[in-house]
Amino acid sequence: MLKKTHLSAAIAAVSLVLTTFGAQAEGDTLSSVKSKGFLQCGVSTGLPGFSNPDAEGNWQGLDVDVCRAVAAAVLGDATKVKYTPLTAKERFTALQSGEIDVLSRNTTWTLTRDASLGLNFAGVNYYDGQGFMVSKELGVSSAKELDGAAVCIQSGTTTELNLADYFRENGMEYTPIVFDTSDQTVKGFEAGRCDVLTSDQSQLYALRIKLADPGSAMVLPEVISKEPLGPVVRQGDDAWFNIVKWSLNAMLNAEELGLTSANVDEMAKGTNPNIRRLVGLEGPKEALGLEPTWAYNIVKQVGSYAESFERNVGTGSPLAIDRGINALWNQGGFMYAPPIR
Amino acid sequence: MTVHEFKPDLAPPTSARGVVGWLKYNLFNGPVNSIFTLLLIYLVIPPLLSAFQWIFIDADFIGDSRDACTSDGACWVFISSRFEQLIYGFYPSEERWRVNIVFVSFALIIAGLIWPKTPQKTKLAIFSLVIYPIIVFYLLIGDSFGLAKVDTHQWGGLMLTLTLAVVGIVAALPFGILLALGRRSDMPIIRSFSTIYIEFWRAVPLITVLFMASVMLPLFVGSEVDFDKLMRALIGIIMFQSAYMAEVIRGGLQAIPKGQYEAGEALGLNYWQSTGLIILPQALKITIPSIVNTFIALFKDTSLVLIIGLFDLLAIGQSALADPAWLGFSTEMYVFVAFVFWVFCFGMSRYSVYLENKLHTGH
Repeated sequence: MLKKTHLSAAIAAVSLVLTTFGAQAEGDTLSSVKSKGFLQCGVSTGLPGFSNPDAEGNWQGLDVDVCRAVAAAVLGDATKVKYTPLTAKERFTALQSGEIDVLSRNTTWTLTRDASLGLNFAGVNYYDGQGFMVSKELGVSSAKELDGAAVCIQSGTTTELNLADYFRENGMEYTPIVFDTSDQTVKGFEAGRCDVLTSDQSQLYALRIKLADPGSAMVLPEVISKEPLGPVVRQGDDAWFNIVKWSLNAMLNAEELGLTSANVDEMAKGTNPNIRRLVGLEGPKEALGLEPTWAYNIVKQVGSYAESFERNVGTGSPLAIDRGINALWNQGGFMYAPPIR
Repeated sequence: MTVHEFKPDLAPPTSARGVVGWLKYNLFNGPVNSIFTLLLIYLVIPPLLSAFQWIFIDADFIGDSRDACTSDGACWVFISSRFEQLIYGFYPSEERWRVNIVFVSFALIIAGLIWPKTPQKTKLAIFSLVIYPIIVFYLLIGDSFGLAKVDTHQWGGLMLTLTLAVVGIVAALPFGILLALGRRSDMPIIRSFSTIYIEFWRAVPLITVLFMASVMLPLFVGSEVDFDKLMRALIGIIMFQSAYMAEVIRGGLQAIPKGQYEAGEALGLNYWQSTGLIILPQALKITIPSIVNTFIALFKDTSLVLIIGLFDLLAIGQSALADPAWLGFSTEMYVFVAFVFWVFCFGMSRYSVYLENKLHTGH
């Protein structure tokens, strides 16, 4: 909401002033992580499929796997991560102040954030976008038919703005019904207070499961905004930036080469030069300043991007999100990693 | 000599006795009251019955996954699968006996302090305020005496809520008393310092204090100083709470008649003697309801630490709601968390009632 926008703008302004001190005070992240012996990773306080603690208290999710991959690459052990749960307001200052080494918290890559907060986005680990969920009884098959609808929204900055833009652009009217948390939004939708529920698509699937009868609702095909989510690091430490960027790329390349945590040992014995370069048997072994087996450790301990995706949000999880645009480039998606060579 | 004997009193008429009498006197005392009684029964009973049915009759209690929740009622399986996390947070499971020791010893000490006939109560109070916190500190943090180190970022759930509340309550009361005395002091520097402190901290929301403590402080002091997040939150809560406490106690101090101060002086007592022996005991007694009120508010305010990423009871509950394996059971979690909070707050409230009755000696 407007108030929140102002608050975050104010925080951003203060942070910007302080970044100069914060970022410079930090210095070399790689050696500090190595000497600490663990990676400090900022995650969300709970987002289904992206980062949430399981019943044993272990963090799991697509964003958490990025943290684990970086830890596997740098320290050789994916479990050496200290998770710092962060709220949306807190996340950037925690990174700027050096409290965390990587921020992997479903953060949308935008110009403002990249340019003015003293941060760098190290890639995209999930292409998200805002979508709509409607009750099947409504008989609507496209968002273009939603003129005059009552829309349930979780209060937040971009979701509401995108919604307003979309309806204005298409010359349609709507009544916003604003809730504070996603649970309330779902209950409101279920109670029939609105015809449509809007949120990021990745979350719509989670919200759908929360309905008493998930089969009664459907997600519309339209995506009205671009929300590329990815890990973030501090600006000014390029070596660390490269490590995080290539940890993610290694997971994508592993999928492209057909590697999984189960078969990587077997495949490494083969002759495929791309695989041999990835597992560190030849090629640019020391390029990142890490052990030659850095990418092997990622694949062995965390898995390829496909494994991570299916385990956390895909068919192996209750969310059952389709790969869609998050498929590899050669399978109709956007996921394209530069080669390791 | 004739002995006059009174006949024994007749029993009251049956309509004024027993259940019927009670009902008639309390619920159906005249036509207006009868209508209200019936109306309230009509309004209150059906929701209560359906709540009862949801909580107990239709509920699922046994199982270990969401497949066990087949009926229409509450799915308490979710709570039991997360129960340990709700109590201990992310405290390592092999070290949880340490938390249990603290829980049990804390309960024993509280019981000892409340029970009127405890021998050596003063010594117990001094022990629990001076030595016990040190023992608890080393027991929970570890890293010495052969105990493994458990960082405070692994604390959570009920143990974190209690830590925040108990430390906040215990530390805020003495600071609050000092600030209240300071604000009424004759010495201008002390008076203005106390006034400025109280007015500043009371005028900002706790959520801002926590946010500043968590986010801004590290930016100012730089990342070399590794300031524990829980410690930052605790300092913020204590600062904030002592300002509130000071105003509550100042209310009590102002209610003491001037004659009491003068009586203290007439007896030749100095400031600390008259304050400690005459004024404060009376002032604290009359402010018990307000003090406990502040404590209860603090206990519930502790869940604000979620915004700085500390997982208190409520936050652990909310993070459990994000588990894809358990989506859709938010009502159960919130009901459970509310119940736990209610138990503690109600307990504090009852103790204050007991204390008021016990100390109700004057006037």
